[in-house]
Amino acid sequence: MSELISITEGFKETIGNKNLQLAIYKATGRLIDKRKHAVTEDVLPGYQDLRQHAHNLKRHTLDHLDYYLEQVEKNVEAHGGKVVFCKDGAEVSDFILNLAKERAARLIVKSKSMTTEEIHLNERLEHHQLEAVETDLGEYILQLAHQRPYHIVAPALHMTRYDVAEIFTKNLGVENETVPEKQTQIARAVLREKFLEADIGITGANFVVADSGAVVVVENEGNGRLSSSAPKIHIAIAGIEKLIPRAQDLAVFLPLLGRSATGQPLTVYTSFLSGPRREGEIDGPEEFYLILLDNGRTGLLADKDKRESLFCIRCGACLNHCPVYRKIGGHNYPWVYSGPIGAIITPQFHGVTQDPWLPFASSLCGACAEVCPVKIDIPRLLLELRSEVIQAKTSAGKNRTELTAFRVFAWVMRHPRLFEAFGLLGSIMAPSGEADGWVRTLPFWMRVGPLKKWVAERDLPPPAPESLRKLWRKRKPASKDK
Amino acid sequence: MPNGRVALFATCIVDQVFPRVGLAVADVLERIGYTVDFPEAQTCCGQPAFNSGYREEAGRVARHFLKVFRDADYVVVPSGSCTSMITHHYAQIFADDPALLAEIHRMETRVWEFSKFLLEVAKVDDVGASFDGAVTYHDSCHALREMGVKSGPRRLLSKVRGLTLHESETAEECCGFGGTFSVKFPDVSGGMARTKIDSILKTPAKFVVSIDSSCLMQLEGALRRAGSEVRTMHLAEVLASR
Repeated sequence: MSELISITEGFKETIGNKNLQLAIYKATGRLIDKRKHAVTEDVLPGYQDLRQHAHNLKRHTLDHLDYYLEQVEKNVEAHGGKVVFCKDGAEVSDFILNLAKERAARLIVKSKSMTTEEIHLNERLEHHQLEAVETDLGEYILQLAHQRPYHIVAPALHMTRYDVAEIFTKNLGVENETVPEKQTQIARAVLREKFLEADIGITGANFVVADSGAVVVVENEGNGRLSSSAPKIHIAIAGIEKLIPRAQDLAVFLPLLGRSATGQPLTVYTSFLSGPRREGEIDGPEEFYLILLDNGRTGLLADKDKRESLFCIRCGACLNHCPVYRKIGGHNYPWVYSGPIGAIITPQFHGVTQDPWLPFASSLCGACAEVCPVKIDIPRLLLELRSEVIQAKTSAGKNRTELTAFRVFAWVMRHPRLFEAFGLLGSIMAPSGEADGWVRTLPFWMRVGPLKKWVAERDLPPPAPESLRKLWRKRKPASKDK
Repeated sequence: MPNGRVALFATCIVDQVFPRVGLAVADVLERIGYTVDFPEAQTCCGQPAFNSGYREEAGRVARHFLKVFRDADYVVVPSGSCTSMITHHYAQIFADDPALLAEIHRMETRVWEFSKFLLEVAKVDDVGASFDGAVTYHDSCHALREMGVKSGPRRLLSKVRGLTLHESETAEECCGFGGTFSVKFPDVSGGMARTKIDSILKTPAKFVVSIDSSCLMQLEGALRRAGSEVRTMHLAEVLASR
């Protein structure tokens, strides 16, 4: 439990910060409402069937990923693009650095991409004097503030317009401006110049369509479209799990993604990017590269039981609906992926021993699974991961007290008389509470462990003076109603 | 009028902390014509160990449960969470044990959460209860999301004479209990409870009703800590009132 001490300090700070709590609840609350209206039977008939269909499609694709990877490579190259398979972040940045060197490129514009956040691409490139500018407004603000995304879809969800004003004044030397529309104008003026100057544009990919070799990018600001078309070189970076078999499958995924993420039937921009500019075309990049990133995904793929973590289409709905995420916010999670999806993929990518507390930081309420557009059974996966954490701790001898406690628990629960005796002992030792028995203050010798932690937040009911089994022995059945 | 025998699985928390809930379940079932047994060898479903990652230990308790209730036609449980442990998660623990799996699947069809039993087996929605008071209903997570219990308890409450039901905006939100989660992450758990009671206190309800005593322990603990007069009642206690 020692790892919990520093973790819970962070929780306390976020929970105790009223303005931050307000910002989180307001933003996630708005997204919850929008999604709720967007998936009602009236506006999206057959929504539940659509979810199941999306789940089946993802399962099918991942079960046959080798086939679809070959197909996408063939089709992208037929359009004049090139597919690059990368094992990890280092391979991605090596590829980009080499290309930049060959083309004498200096400036990169980027649209929003969690996959590049995952491999810390900007830092890797900056390390080699290559400037990469985020062009999604939220991501741009975070880049200026040197922060990682707070939320998968709304990266600067935790910031108020006053925070943004401060960041802009400090970094861009502009007057203090707190009107969001005007702030957007400020960012736009800076970013337009960058788009025009940039040598390379990097985008993520929401879907990679195997049968047509197209990369699909959804967004609301138009910066994704500019990043992929203004510079001479377009590099799209996608995890290998982003593949879908056919273009027609987008009819399933696009409505689910937009509606689950922001309540939009479709996002403002949906770009289908397939390769470089062809002869006779008036715009588009001269070169196109699709980087397909593993970075641990094949490890998840090998685990048939938990493979469904890879179904995620990064809509962020599970974060918005998670009562734990809404309390502790995004930055208390150990990796760029926060919320329920972060709690299952982080241990799967990094191993269960790195942040062993993570799968336990859930009440298992299941709100995440209820809204997941691809029906990932997140509570089941959390339970599997909990079991793996305990197995790892047990074999390393790191949970002796807890293990003993649960062994005693299991032993007592198989011996009813012992169970009754323990209960009796509890009711004798119970501290006297307030007027009707509930305890607010524990006697000092009880201020340890779980009891102390319970009473820190809530009053505690005392054990009943007589247990049900004892009362039952004296009981007469109630008479039947005539 | 239905008749037959049911075995009451009270759950460990009801047995030791809220025995009045177990008595209320028995009263209601007997009034509508059932004979209720309380197998004294019963203890716990094993969920605390399972949810904490101790599957082997949970499995030992599960085997004990299966043994105790092997011969019961119906097992009625005043908890969505414990019912779901048996009907959804026992099979997960013993996924590699076909013989035991068969026994578990036979058990799954005989274990009933209290409100579901009344409506789907006994087919009774009016048990003749009277309760003067304003209540709000809390959907407990496992009942709602693993078993689809949503309208049933409300239907049962709607037949109680004198009772008025006031929905809170966060009826479907978790109370923050989550078993050992409540003491592993007390700040988060307590924060969740406070969010929940904020919206409960916006209703005119004087009682929070649910079908899980563990949620009610969390909510009443938080209500009392906040100095509120609002109290909690298990659905069975409301239905046993007259």
